[in-house]
Amino acid sequence: MLKFMKRSAKGVRAPHEKATAGMETVRMAVPEEVVIPMSMHIGAPARPVVQKGDQVMAGTRIGEAGGFVSANIYASVSGTVKEVIDSFRMVNGTVCQAVSIVSDGKQRLDPSCKPPAVSDKKGLLEAIAACGLVGLGGAGFPAHVKLAADTIDTLIINGAECEPYLSTDTREMLECSETILSGISAVMKFCGIGRCIIGIEKNKPECIRLLSSLTEQIQGVSVRPLPMRYPQGAEKTLIETCTGREVPQTAASGKAGIPADCGCVVMNVTSVSTLGKYLKTGIPLISKRLTVEGDAVAKPQNIEVPIGTLYRDVIAACGGVKEGVQLGKVIFGGPMMGGAAPGLDYPVLKQNNGLILLSRKAAAVPEPGPCIRCGRCITACPMGLEPVLIAEAFEQKDFEALEKRNVDLCVSCGSCTYACPAKRLISQNTTLAKGWYLKTKKERAGKS
Amino acid sequence: MEERLIVTASPHIRDRATTRGLMGDVLIALLPCVAAATVIFGLHALAVIGVTAAASAAFEYIYCKLMKKPVPVGDLSACVTGVILGLNMPAGMPLWICVVGAFVAIVITKQLFGGLGYNFANPALVGRIVLFLGFAERMTTYVFPEGTADAVSSATVLADSVDKASVSLWDMLIGVRGGVMGETCVIAILIGLAYLLIRGVINLSIPASIVGTVFVLSLIADGGNVHVALVEIMSGGLLFGAVFMATDYVTSPFNTKGRIIYGIVIGLITFAIRRFGSMNEGVSYALLMGNLLTPWFNEWSHQIPLGFVKKNKAKKAAPADGGKGGAQ
Repeated sequence: MLKFMKRSAKGVRAPHEKATAGMETVRMAVPEEVVIPMSMHIGAPARPVVQKGDQVMAGTRIGEAGGFVSANIYASVSGTVKEVIDSFRMVNGTVCQAVSIVSDGKQRLDPSCKPPAVSDKKGLLEAIAACGLVGLGGAGFPAHVKLAADTIDTLIINGAECEPYLSTDTREMLECSETILSGISAVMKFCGIGRCIIGIEKNKPECIRLLSSLTEQIQGVSVRPLPMRYPQGAEKTLIETCTGREVPQTAASGKAGIPADCGCVVMNVTSVSTLGKYLKTGIPLISKRLTVEGDAVAKPQNIEVPIGTLYRDVIAACGGVKEGVQLGKVIFGGPMMGGAAPGLDYPVLKQNNGLILLSRKAAAVPEPGPCIRCGRCITACPMGLEPVLIAEAFEQKDFEALEKRNVDLCVSCGSCTYACPAKRLISQNTTLAKGWYLKTKKERAGKS
Repeated sequence: MEERLIVTASPHIRDRATTRGLMGDVLIALLPCVAAATVIFGLHALAVIGVTAAASAAFEYIYCKLMKKPVPVGDLSACVTGVILGLNMPAGMPLWICVVGAFVAIVITKQLFGGLGYNFANPALVGRIVLFLGFAERMTTYVFPEGTADAVSSATVLADSVDKASVSLWDMLIGVRGGVMGETCVIAILIGLAYLLIRGVINLSIPASIVGTVFVLSLIADGGNVHVALVEIMSGGLLFGAVFMATDYVTSPFNTKGRIIYGIVIGLITFAIRRFGSMNEGVSYALLMGNLLTPWFNEWSHQIPLGFVKKNKAKKAAPADGGKGGAQ
């Protein structure tokens, strides 16, 4: 069957707004205090291993992974532990433990930070687990878990950066291409992966040029220019574009399919580069580059900040809120999938890559109208779902219809809401429908 | 500095397209047809279109006020319906019949079924069909373009008495022929189509499949006579219907596959009515049929999601049992 008859799955043409792509990364002055939550990843939270009054240095381990799907946490500044907070409310509303550290401003490095000796896959996975690396594209999935699968023959490096505004991955590719390549070669060598595809959206020609010339001589590594559409960087979409393979909806085991089920693993460019840096220097993941952008910020820029820095301090370092503009919304992450923060006293997490400040005018929420059944949400859905029908089924709480419409495949990318001319909250509704569907499915499985 | 930040779920940015913008684009696309009708049929044409559009908007306003519903006139959908319905009448139409048509379209077909998005068939189409049935003679009294106030009537080229091979293609293109106001000038319709395509309001799937089906069938039926097949697709309401009426979002399928099936079915029915039916005009009824079958086309043409795995029968049975449990 012709592809367009199968599914349109075109995504949306979101604006790029990448004015910061050409700006060199600025390093932020060490803040007075950082708050480091113990849960910055998918999976079990880490356990704090320091107490009030302890002296810590940059790179000192302060949180120990709380299970296999978990990650270590390190101090991002040198100084004194001010408090171990038992119930710290994170920006997404969940509660976890957190460690606040008062910085001494010296930023001394923990002497235990030594390059790890890696000789095989086990050693590499241990090293990745030790450095606390999680998927830095935004999801925060612990990297050692996804590389553990042994069915992988293709490593896909995600340099799509399809979210508007964000340019941290662009800067990573331009400024740290060397560590990206060393990270790739370590993963390929120790995990026995023969092929690597670096996917970069065509709106970053300088990144494509640079990495193409650097990888020309390397066996098995190629750069793949990607069409400019959102969400090109979504894992399943990226795999399909780069390899033609589809991540199965359900794996042979009956669980939801993951990239390893079609022989692929996807790592963000910044993740793989962080790995390269760790293998070289032994410094774990303690700082993060953020794109601070939006019409309400005085000096938009890419800024490298210690993890745990409060939004308030980051914004102050970028010149604060633009004069005469009323701040309306603060988004952590990109404007398509990032969350809106209810205040400014939240810390920057490992997986954060942007802080978007919108004015009250730009953040105005349009009034939804009746659905005109134009089908734009269907054309936009990268997964080939039919959001309009999911909405109808969810309204009726019709479990069977939701199953038939494959609501479990929704990746909450927001394309349908973006595209809707009637300004309906389709993506939000589908996300709720998916949650309800999965919960009901579990309950029913429990009954029988 | 941050008292009261706005917190909503993502996404935080939206496309510029709005319902009102899309309807506005359709109105702009209809302008060439309105202009052509005015030039060809005189100022009375403008009065017919204007009165129908104004009456449509007014009926929507009055109905929603009476029912204490929010007034959606601002989304321009009633104006689009009105202009399309106006273009579906002959130039000599008495204005009070225009008002009746607008009432049928807006109040009966659209609002009584729940307003925009819930109508089962294109309101303008139902308005046109009701007027055809109720005022058959007036609706088919086509004022010949060169006619004066005396209103000389002329049959359409689809009438059995007309030898299609002798019809001038040029006359068809510029619209100097009998018919309702919107359908005669092919060039104006094509300009409107081009505008809709450029603005991304519609895509070619529906118009192309309708017109293509009729063209191919005519070609086969007439032994490969391209001239007759061209006359066939340019005559009657086929082009106007395919471009402006069949593509109504609410009453057409939303997947490309469904749209193509829908177009082919409309083409088939149009051809069948023209060839074998007692009427010369088949497009309206074919469109109505297509509208009514749209839920079925949608059911028939679901997209296949990325990574879709056919569920085996054993798995399918399990949630079905669970469904009963959940309903209690």
